Amino acid sequence: MSDDILRMRAITKTFPGVRALHDVNLSVRRGEIHAICGENGAGKSTLMKVLSGVYPHGSYEGEITFDGEPVRFSDIRDSERRGIVIIHQELALCPQLSIAENIFLGNERARRGLVDWNRTNHEAGRLLDRVGLPESPVTTVADIGVGKQQLVEIAKALAKEVRLLILDEPTAALNDEDSAHLLDLLRGLREDGVTCVIISHKLNEVASIADSITIIRDGELIETLDLAEDQVTEDRIIAGMVGRDLEHRFPPHEPDIGAEALRIEDWTVHSPVQRGRAVVSGASLSVRRGEIVGLAGLMGAGRTELAMSVFGRSYGTDISGRIYRDGRQVEIRTVRDAIRHGIAYATEDRKRYGLNLIEDIKRNISAADLGRLARRGWVDDNEEYRVADRFRTELGIKAPSVLSVTGKLSGGNQQKVVLSKWIFTDADVLILDEPTRGIDVGAKYEIYSIINRLADSGKAVLVISSELPELLGLCDRIYTLSAGRVTGELARADATQERLMALMTKEQPR
Amino acid sequence: MISSLLGRSLNIRQSGIYIAFALIVVLFSILTDGALLQPQNISNIIVQNSYILILSIGMILIIIAGHIDLSVGSVVAVTGAIAAVLMVEYGLPWPLALVITLIAGGLIGAWQGYWIAYYGIPAFIVTLAGMLLFRALTLTVLGNQGIGPFPDPVRTLSNGFTDGYLGNVGLGPLGGADVFSLIVGALVIAGMATTQWRARAARLGYRQSVDPLPVFLLKLLTAAAVIIVVVVQLARFKNLPWVLVLLAALVLAYSLLTTRAVFGRQIYAIGGNLQAAQLSGINVRQVVFWIFVNMGVLAALAGVIFAGRLNQAGPTAGNAFELDAIAAAFIGGAAVQGGVGKVVGAITGGLIMGVINNGMSLIGSPSERVMLVKGVVLLAAVAFDVWTKRRATR
Repeated sequence: MSDDILRMRAITKTFPGVRALHDVNLSVRRGEIHAICGENGAGKSTLMKVLSGVYPHGSYEGEITFDGEPVRFSDIRDSERRGIVIIHQELALCPQLSIAENIFLGNERARRGLVDWNRTNHEAGRLLDRVGLPESPVTTVADIGVGKQQLVEIAKALAKEVRLLILDEPTAALNDEDSAHLLDLLRGLREDGVTCVIISHKLNEVASIADSITIIRDGELIETLDLAEDQVTEDRIIAGMVGRDLEHRFPPHEPDIGAEALRIEDWTVHSPVQRGRAVVSGASLSVRRGEIVGLAGLMGAGRTELAMSVFGRSYGTDISGRIYRDGRQVEIRTVRDAIRHGIAYATEDRKRYGLNLIEDIKRNISAADLGRLARRGWVDDNEEYRVADRFRTELGIKAPSVLSVTGKLSGGNQQKVVLSKWIFTDADVLILDEPTRGIDVGAKYEIYSIINRLADSGKAVLVISSELPELLGLCDRIYTLSAGRVTGELARADATQERLMALMTKEQPR
Repeated sequence: MISSLLGRSLNIRQSGIYIAFALIVVLFSILTDGALLQPQNISNIIVQNSYILILSIGMILIIIAGHIDLSVGSVVAVTGAIAAVLMVEYGLPWPLALVITLIAGGLIGAWQGYWIAYYGIPAFIVTLAGMLLFRALTLTVLGNQGIGPFPDPVRTLSNGFTDGYLGNVGLGPLGGADVFSLIVGALVIAGMATTQWRARAARLGYRQSVDPLPVFLLKLLTAAAVIIVVVVQLARFKNLPWVLVLLAALVLAYSLLTTRAVFGRQIYAIGGNLQAAQLSGINVRQVVFWIFVNMGVLAALAGVIFAGRLNQAGPTAGNAFELDAIAAAFIGGAAVQGGVGKVVGAITGGLIMGVINNGMSLIGSPSERVMLVKGVVLLAAVAFDVWTKRRATR
């Protein structure tokens, strides 16, 4: 009992309309590597944010005991003072500063307010030796690769005398060699008595490095497995991660599938930030009229990148491959081209990329095809109102009128506005990226019904989702994507969560 | 009963600016013993601020799109100089010279729009450079002296008045007034009333919610009363200033552009959420490019009018005009983040500053105090906007 460095008791965290964590009890032993596994949105990151003080004490229920003492962090600095350091998936380094400056950022080696550069660079050098990074401390961070930047993050944590290191998806963006080095480093830190909590989707890595594994699902802690005692296989972990049955959460639907509407062949997309890294490689898939096709994949698998690059090259550089619409090859270079060819893309992040939040429902619905409401460049206001009001009734957007500002609507109603906007463009192919993210259960059912109706009206629908039950309940066919490659295609009858998860975590030979 | 109706349909954030304008006018009327609303003074306020108001129309479009233009003062100077060279030194007929000047303004806007929209340099930097560049160009063209005098028609456009085509009519104690001006005023009111009524009827036809009839009539009557007062006072002085006619046409055209045209609506979409606009297939670069071209043309128009008013193009023309135009837009309710603003709001903002300027000089305030008050008004207007927004989100 006393060798637990961390105990979280009955943690419950709710966001407006969503319960992210429910009565979670987590214990981490001193000096172990503790992995946390779960699907996207299961609550792993929320739990770590509660622990590190990103969500301050008082914004959640439950208590945290660190090193035998109850702790109440009010912000990240508070938790760092106790030696809890979190390294996020998106690295938090200043690219234009040197390695040494980044390591001591906010923790400067200074005397009487002036930075002691000799000490800074000297100590940075020692930390770099410790993490095994053969770079000079004065090198600019922008000049080193992501793998090395990850090591700088760890050096930065060590500079703060870390006792509990939390890593969120540390190897997601790394190649095999860098990943192996990082895992070795974590083993070394364990020898030195640093406790690690690692969130990872790469189950083979988890199985090889962790001492215990905690599985979280739907905001609840399912089980903690001890690798020294239990017989733990990847299948065992997957079963824990997905193990819920499909309740009556999906409206019944009989598909009426027609001709092929969209086909993508040999689609390759490169990252605009990391030169030469392929985010999507050689992907091929097709969607037919009346069909709802799912695209499954874990964080970083390249689902959104695939969809956005097809939608008028809205993401990525150095894109190659072919797109066929209704069997004819088409050239799509801009969003306008995509819309003209009847392709719509409803974003996963509706607040940032989908809606003009300061504008009303009416104007958001008409935004993607305003020209249709206009004669010689002049918009017919009343016709616009009529169209928007029709969508409000048909899709059940709950708002006093279409003149309500979208920023004040609930997530489900905002999503309906986004769907209305794309249905209004009269697209034949609708790509829906996480159409039910951040939406409560009741509204999800409505969205599923809308998607079914769209398919019934002859549209081809491609649904991207992190929730496997959603894909299984909704789709007629499901593709899996792993590390930018299509690793499988399953008909609804053949698909199970276990088979999908196995394909989603499948490593491809390079 | 009436107050609850008003409370429901009068949005404080939207109408606050007009109420503030009315209060400022009342305040200075009292402080100046009514001199503010004397026929000649109303005419002065319009003529003296015409070029700022024209600039603020272009500026509000740019600010709605989330950009800024610091160069308009210098563009006013350089286009004034171009017009002077063409009209005075080359003796070109004034309509041709005017068109060439407007095209030159458009090219200046295109130059800046290219760097902002297609090259991706922030508008703040590009137009700060433009501010220096076009001032330098002005000095190169003019040397250290002004060029003048301008042909009569140009001076009439900036300074002159419509003729008394239909003679005068007695208005009892108010004395004689120009019939033509009164008829124009009556037509404007009649036109406004019919279009408003038709729009209301059409909306009702589509079963949209509209102002209740008493509120609708009250708004209409208030607007009509303001127009009647201004027109009668102008008719008693020297008839309608030509710049007022020009301004009215511009305000009407640009109000339509921003509310009804696809192009105008795309400006709001870009300012409201750039990424969402891009992913909705709006050609963001093209729209941004053209609003800067538009700003250049309007700045050239303001340049000609300003030069015509002084009857010469000078090297220091348009100094700090950009600040007045930007202030007008923000006082008029534009949001700092973009996506919000109205042409009529910007005009009202410009008039608020014009009335403060004029009223304070009438009561003999020194210029530093005028500046102080304008600064406070600008800060207060934006603070009010931020405050109402914060209250709304809570």
